[in-house]
Amino acid sequence: MEEKLLNLLADLCDDEEVKSNPDEDLFESGLIDSLAFAELLYAIEENFGVIIAPSEVERSDINTANKIIALVKERMRA
Amino acid sequence: MSFFSGYEFFVCLFVLLIPAAVLGMTQKSLKWYRWVISAFFIIRVYGSTPIQFLYLLGYVVFATYLVKLYLFLRTKYGRNKYIYGHAVFLALLPLVIYKIGVAQGFSLFGFLGISYICFRVIQVVIETYDGVICEINELQFVEFLLFFTSLSSGPIDRSRRFNEDDDRIWTREEYTELLSTGIYKLILGIFYKVVCSGLLYYVLQTYLDGHYGPLYLAGYAYVYGFYLFFDFAGYCAMAVGASYILGIRMPDNFNKPFLSVDIKDFWNRWHITLSSWFRDFIFTRFMIDSVRKKRFSNRLTGAAVGLILNMLIMGVWHGLEPHYIAYGLYHGCILALVEVYQKKSGFYKRNKQKKWYIALSWFINLNVVMFGFLIFSGYLSNVL
Repeated sequence: MEEKLLNLLADLCDDEEVKSNPDEDLFESGLIDSLAFAELLYAIEENFGVIIAPSEVERSDINTANKIIALVKERMRA
Repeated sequence: MSFFSGYEFFVCLFVLLIPAAVLGMTQKSLKWYRWVISAFFIIRVYGSTPIQFLYLLGYVVFATYLVKLYLFLRTKYGRNKYIYGHAVFLALLPLVIYKIGVAQGFSLFGFLGISYICFRVIQVVIETYDGVICEINELQFVEFLLFFTSLSSGPIDRSRRFNEDDDRIWTREEYTELLSTGIYKLILGIFYKVVCSGLLYYVLQTYLDGHYGPLYLAGYAYVYGFYLFFDFAGYCAMAVGASYILGIRMPDNFNKPFLSVDIKDFWNRWHITLSSWFRDFIFTRFMIDSVRKKRFSNRLTGAAVGLILNMLIMGVWHGLEPHYIAYGLYHGCILALVEVYQKKSGFYKRNKQKKWYIALSWFINLNVVMFGFLIFSGYLSNVL
C-alpha cells in the first residue's frame, strides 16, 4: 500500500524524489500545488476508498509523503 | 457606532477589553464574556438601523435551524447530493436576493456583514456533508456567527477552529502570549487604518481623483492599491488583535502581499481567509469532481477553467457591478495563464530560482496586481 501511494505521489509531483525523501515538505518545495492536491485527494479515494475532504486537514498535517501515508493508513483501519 | 472606527467604538472597545484581560490572566473562561461583549457591540452598531438588526437576527435563527436540520438529514440519509444541494442553496439564498437587489437598486435582506456570515454558514453545511462535522451545538454556532470582531468584514474563521479556542481555558502563560500578540496587532491595525490609509486616501482624493491621463491612472492604481491594503489589512489586524485578547486565535488575513513574486503567491498572502475558503470549498471540489467525471481531456485545461470559474465567483461575491465581475475574470485569467506558463515553459523551469528572475517576476506581478486594483476600484468606468 505504501509503495502504491508513493508511486501515485511521484506521478502527481512528476518527480521520483518523493520516494527517496518522504519527509520533504511537498507544498514548500512546490512539488504539490492546489491542482495536484485535488488530484491527490481523488486518487486516494479511488485507490484506497478513503475520502479526505479538502478542508478537513490542515496543510501542515498532510505536507509530506510520510504524513499522507500515515493518514490514509489510519483511515483504512477506522 | 461602526465597527473599528470612530472614538466611541474605540473607547468602548478598550474599556471592555480590560475585564477580558483580567479574566484571561486569572485563567477564567472567557466564553460568557464573549457573549456579553458581542451583544453590546451588535446592539450599539445595529441599533441605529433596526431593520438590519432584524435581518441579522432573522438570518442567524434561519441558519441555525438550517444547519441543525441538515445535520439531522445527513445522519439519516447519508451523503445525499440532493438534500446537500438544497441546504447550500437555502444558506445562500438571502445573499443572492440581496446582491440582485443591490444591482437593481433596492435593498432586501441587506444587513452589515451578510456577505461574510454566509461563508461561515456554508462552511458548516459543506463540512457536515463531508462528515467532518458530526455534531453542532446551536449556542456555540450562534456565538461563532455573531462574534463581533469579524462579523462585518472578516477574517473568515472556520467553525471547528473557533470551537476549539472557544472551549479552551488558557493557562496564564498562554494567555499572556495571546494578550501581547493581541495588543500588538490592535495597535498595528490602528496605525495602518488611521494613519496610513487615511493619508493615502487624502492623496487619492486631493491629487488624483478627476484626472484620467495614463500617468494619473498609473498613480491612481498604485495609491489606491496601497490604500486598500492599509485600510483592509488594518481593519483585519484590529479584528484579529481584539479576538486574541478575547481568547480566540482568529486567523490572519494578510501576509505582506506586495512581496509576492507571482499571482499564486499573491493570493496566498492577500485576503487569505477568503482565498483559502474559495480554494477549499470551490476550487478543490470542482477539480476533484472534474477528474472524477473526466470533464477535461487535458489537466491544464481543467485547471485553467477551475481557476477562472473560482475567481469569477469571487468577483460576483463582491457584487454584481461590472467592475467586480471584471476583477474576478481578470484574476482568473491571469492565474490560468501563469499556471500554463509555469507548467509548460522550459525558460521558467531553468530560471525560477535565479535572483534576477525573481526580481523581474516580482516587478511584473506587482504591476499586474495594481492594475487589478484599478479595475476593482471602479475608477476605470469614468474613463470608458
